[in-house]
Amino acid sequence: MRNIQAVAANTFREAVRDRVLYNLVFFALLMMGAAILVGQISIGIEQDVIVSLGLTAISVVGIFIAVFLGVALVSKEMDKRTLYALLAKPVKRWEFLLGKFFGLVMTLTVNTAAMAAGLYIALWTVKHPLMKSDAYILVAVYLILLKLALIVALALLFSCFTTPFLAILFTAGMYVAGLFAGDLRTVQGVELDPAALGLMRGISYLLPNFENFNVMGAVVHGSGVPAAIVWQDTLYAILYVAIVLAGAAVVFSRRNLK
Amino acid sequence: MPQGAIEIENLSKEYPYGFLHLKKKKSLEDLTMRVEDGEVFGFLGPNGAGKSTTIKLLMRLIFPTAGTARILGKSIDDVSMHGSIGYLPEQPYFYDYLTAYEVLDYFARFHGLRANDRRARVEAMLKKVGLDTAKKIQLRKYSKGMLQRVGLAQAILHDPQVVVLDEPMSGLDPLGRREVRDIILELKREGRTVLFSTHVLSDAEMLCDRVGVIVGGKLRGIGAPGELVDMKAQGMEILFELSRAPGNLPLLAKAMRTGERYRVQFPETELYAALDALKAAGARILSVTQIKPTLEEYFMDLVEADRAQASAVEVSGK
Amino acid sequence: MSRRAINGAILGAALLAGLVCVWKLQERVDAARATLQLDDDELALRSPAVMKKLSLEYAPLMGAIYWTRAVQYFGSKHQSHDQNLHQLWPLLDIATTLDPNLVVAYRFGAMFLSDAPPRGAGEPDHAVELLQRGLKANPEYWRFYQDLGDVYYFDKKDYLKASQAFEAGSRIPGTHPFMKIMAAKIAGEGESLETSFTLWLDIFQTSTNKDIRKNAEGHLRLVKMEMDLRAINQIADVYEQKTKQRATRIADLAEAGLLTGRPVDPDGFPYVLEEQGKAEPNPKSPLREEWLKEKKQRSNGATK
Repeated sequence: MRNIQAVAANTFREAVRDRVLYNLVFFALLMMGAAILVGQISIGIEQDVIVSLGLTAISVVGIFIAVFLGVALVSKEMDKRTLYALLAKPVKRWEFLLGKFFGLVMTLTVNTAAMAAGLYIALWTVKHPLMKSDAYILVAVYLILLKLALIVALALLFSCFTTPFLAILFTAGMYVAGLFAGDLRTVQGVELDPAALGLMRGISYLLPNFENFNVMGAVVHGSGVPAAIVWQDTLYAILYVAIVLAGAAVVFSRRNLK
Repeated sequence: MPQGAIEIENLSKEYPYGFLHLKKKKSLEDLTMRVEDGEVFGFLGPNGAGKSTTIKLLMRLIFPTAGTARILGKSIDDVSMHGSIGYLPEQPYFYDYLTAYEVLDYFARFHGLRANDRRARVEAMLKKVGLDTAKKIQLRKYSKGMLQRVGLAQAILHDPQVVVLDEPMSGLDPLGRREVRDIILELKREGRTVLFSTHVLSDAEMLCDRVGVIVGGKLRGIGAPGELVDMKAQGMEILFELSRAPGNLPLLAKAMRTGERYRVQFPETELYAALDALKAAGARILSVTQIKPTLEEYFMDLVEADRAQASAVEVSGK
Repeated sequence: MSRRAINGAILGAALLAGLVCVWKLQERVDAARATLQLDDDELALRSPAVMKKLSLEYAPLMGAIYWTRAVQYFGSKHQSHDQNLHQLWPLLDIATTLDPNLVVAYRFGAMFLSDAPPRGAGEPDHAVELLQRGLKANPEYWRFYQDLGDVYYFDKKDYLKASQAFEAGSRIPGTHPFMKIMAAKIAGEGESLETSFTLWLDIFQTSTNKDIRKNAEGHLRLVKMEMDLRAINQIADVYEQKTKQRATRIADLAEAGLLTGRPVDPDGFPYVLEEQGKAEPNPKSPLREEWLKEKKQRSNGATK
């Protein structure tokens, strides 16, 4: 436990001192500003535009960080050999992985919170009294964070057994595939034999269904998100992350470091 | 028999390579040896011989294809045993966005040291390796020698019984090498077991109680530096200075000359005759030393033999 | 069994259990999300011009992606029997703006935008707009004129414009001779069952898109039924002339020698005569409901 905490804290510290993150967050805040501008042009739906552009920015920036930093978590330590001295300490390989995971998730939480604050400020400048229904934006942000955690876990898994470039490709690919997993279930007008259809259904259930975490449509127009979805998504994320991290731990434990 | 600090039994490592990973390269073959408690043991060998492989196997960075090893009686699979081992990796590199203090503090956490203990230990280590003044500077600004010292510090800050160093002198200037040598000697004085690898023979000769010579993945010889080589003197060498060469000094023909200095070798029996001749010629004697076979020659012979064997294997097509 | 094998087995079992849980949980999530009003989330950005700018040089690829999403949208709405297809136009609008040569999108949009609910979105004006854009980018594609003619004929009931569309299409090289025939027929008769049948038949026979063929087939069956009913009514009129009475059963017509056998609708159910002697689809036939709806829409249109 103490080992995981130490690695997590160090990972967080590294992210904070890495200037790339500041640029990304700055970019996201820029988008908030742009959203206000665009909002001025589309009368009557400024709020919708700000919220949807803002949530999109938070999601996109978060995904970039999750994929690129997620892959770098392990591959950078292996490339630069900082891992060698660390693994010679009384620390297990899976503790290292878990620490890295939590460190990056912590970083993402802080970033996302900062960007969400920016979003609320942008919203406030446009329609001064913030209503209770605006709190649902936080729900959308929370679900985005769950999605990001899952992406980090996947990035970690792939970086444990392939090169950084391939790991980025696989993670991004898995994300895109996961987005369309739901569509795979309702696919229409395709003639296939039952076995193939069954296989497709199975794959559609087992892929990480990233659409689960998307409530932008509801939130943008001010309608709420039922608590059931929030609980279920949380459980889904925890379960899936656990499976992926377990896989990563197994792969990493037997990996020969060069 | 009391257990050795490090016991290695039939340790082997193969790497698959080539198309479809069908071929196998043996980087370590059947290594069996011990390092006794409290001794300084040197791994010698040319680059790629298997020294680093052995050390990485011991530290569980890579996994053996066969064989076992034990450190302080515990199997190398037991990660908790790492609490009593210090390790310095080859060409160490640490998190360059951290300062030396932060790096050591970070590593210290994995040894379960409480905050006060940690602070005291880290300060002591920094002082010991002479990085006290630079401790607040980020590692990205450190020279190679300074990085090596940080590496040494993190290897010993938890007071380990066994210290394993992979090429600790590589890339250091003479001052740096002297400092590392001094630290190793101090570790020995403190009763710790030190295992280090190097391809610089003079370091091994100077520091080690015993050496193990690895060439081509196999252990070729193990013992005290003096044991490995037949220490029978093979003659004497005289170093002298002669400003004006007289015409009738035949031994000058055999001598190696650099400016006004000459170096010439004799069998021991002819020593005094030569000295008389030089005295008569007005030469200034600088030194008289025994010619002993060095570890270097022993070493080169082994490398040659290994190469010959390797090419014989290639030719025979196996 | 060795320690490692046992560990491996436990891990494997845990993994399997985990995946099963994921599956079950996903089913729950799907159910919960179905109740969520997520209707408007198909498009974060509605402006085709902005999308085009954002796509850089990948506009055709993005167009294809939007086209795919349109098809998925259509399919999932149909599967959940949701009649609300109002996102179809924006999706097709963006898809064809990004890739003006996406022929299949125009044809698909033409049919399903203009067709009335539940088959389509019931927005024939959007269908016209879409087809005109398609013609602008692909002026040699005479099938767009056919589709345009179909929209005017079936959904806008504007027989003049329909005839003009078929006429324009008949002048394009490589066109099918039936375009000219349709132009003339519609100009002459306006709406007629034969014309409708011919138009739907051509689409059914020539389209490669499964959804379009299925829709055309549905329309064909209705038209065939109308033709059958009309024929039966004509026979019933002859019967009335002869016997000075209204027939009450199909069997009466058969007994009078005016009909051989029992005529059945495309689903195989025999037609019946209602109380006033008019032919109708069998109450057990699934086509009856559709026929009633069409009739209602027709009378609505007539009173407008």
